[in-house]
Amino acid sequence: MKRVTMLTVIGLIWATGSLASDVMRMAVTTSFHNSGLAEVLLPELRKDLDLEVQLLVVGTGQALKLGEAGDVDAILVHSKTAEEAFVESGYGTHRRQIMYNDFVFIGPSTDPAGLSDMETAVQSLQNIAEAEATFVSRGDDSGTHKKELSLWEDANLDPGSFDRWYNAVGAGMGAALNTASAMDAYILSDRASWLNFGNKGDLALLFSGDPVLFNQYAFLPVNPARHDHVKADLTDKLEDWLTSDRAKELIDSHTIDGETLFVFNAQPAD
Amino acid sequence: MVELWDGLAQAFWLVVTADSELVEIALRSLQVTLTALLVACLIAMPLAALLAVSRFRLRRVVIATLNALMGLPPVVVGLIVYVILSRSGPLGVLALLFTPTAMIIAQVIIVVPLIASIAHQSLRDLWQEYHDLLISMNVTQTQKMQTLLWDARRALLTATLAGFGRAIGEVGAIMIVGGNIDNATRVLTTAIALETGKGEFALALALGFVLIALTLLVNLCIHWLGKTEREGRW
Repeated sequence: MKRVTMLTVIGLIWATGSLASDVMRMAVTTSFHNSGLAEVLLPELRKDLDLEVQLLVVGTGQALKLGEAGDVDAILVHSKTAEEAFVESGYGTHRRQIMYNDFVFIGPSTDPAGLSDMETAVQSLQNIAEAEATFVSRGDDSGTHKKELSLWEDANLDPGSFDRWYNAVGAGMGAALNTASAMDAYILSDRASWLNFGNKGDLALLFSGDPVLFNQYAFLPVNPARHDHVKADLTDKLEDWLTSDRAKELIDSHTIDGETLFVFNAQPAD
Repeated sequence: MVELWDGLAQAFWLVVTADSELVEIALRSLQVTLTALLVACLIAMPLAALLAVSRFRLRRVVIATLNALMGLPPVVVGLIVYVILSRSGPLGVLALLFTPTAMIIAQVIIVVPLIASIAHQSLRDLWQEYHDLLISMNVTQTQKMQTLLWDARRALLTATLAGFGRAIGEVGAIMIVGGNIDNATRVLTTAIALETGKGEFALALALGFVLIALTLLVNLCIHWLGKTEREGRW
């Protein structure tokens, strides 16, 4: 009796496997995953192409590293300069724009640095620095982190010289938002992660809409010339699908609390 | 505090409704950890017995190393396994990175020193008792090891359970080598880390309670199968 029970349990445990016929791996950024768009696109992909895309949810920096090492077949990230360097050094075949969303400034609802009256993102940062209001930085070399650093640079400020009000936590978007929520701090976040975040506490969206906060997502297939195990046929199929009218419809109609998150802007193939 | 109760309530509903995603990741947790535990025992038990019955020059060094490795940081193990299994690493051709197998490898490395150290401790005590008898019977080295392992099976069960405890609750290493891929390498601990990252504390806690319940259940099952803690059969 005991043997039978044990064998049944072991059998049940082992009987978990993959379903679709084609499987490929793609590294995506936390912000893309947190938006919930993956849960919309992946089932449709499975239906349309019989393709299962396994997502590795990491920061842009790590996603690029995974692509360089050949551990994934494609990446979907948002940091233009890093992406162009990736293609230039031959790790990726090309860069294809898919869609964009935007970054927003989150902070305590009391707004000690007065962000809600600001005109530009640079002004907002200067105000935070002047007020020495607590600020949380991703500090993990992700796309959002790179964006934040370039904004500080535009504001002629150097985060390296900041006092203790500037906290680089070295964590993903969600973990950094958790920290900001606990510290009542300002933070730069992508809109999708913020809307989907479950622990908002006393935080509120204080500033958005400056064109410099525009956040372009691009698809980069890993170069099969460097890693011959890369599934180039599948990444081609995926790229065609991601830039198709079908994807456009799904991406543009994805909303959280009635707010549109992404705008599809892929150009048709030449 | 509110989150704790929400978590408990959510855990209850997840289990009662047999939420398909929960069942899947819970089963994968068990699959990975039990496989790793089996492999680790097959390595650690004979090793512990060998260290108990044989005398060689580096024996002390090996034992001290095993004891020290009990505190091996899982993140470091994960990183090392990652670098080795990466496509650009020495074993990249095996295409094992981001698979349950990679997670099993990492867990085996983490729990072998723990199981071997605890097992060795009890086997050594037993060996002091059995030494004269076994020597006078002139049995082979293998027979000595077999006798020790069989007669110390209760203590070895404790070693195994300690290994299980360390492996099932591990998150640092399997997050790195498994990648927390939905439907492929997501297990309870990495799902908890993910939900915490999303700020969904109640759901994360619910998964945590399920993990604790599962650990308790497995421990009870092992005791039941091993017929321990019963009247007259301690």
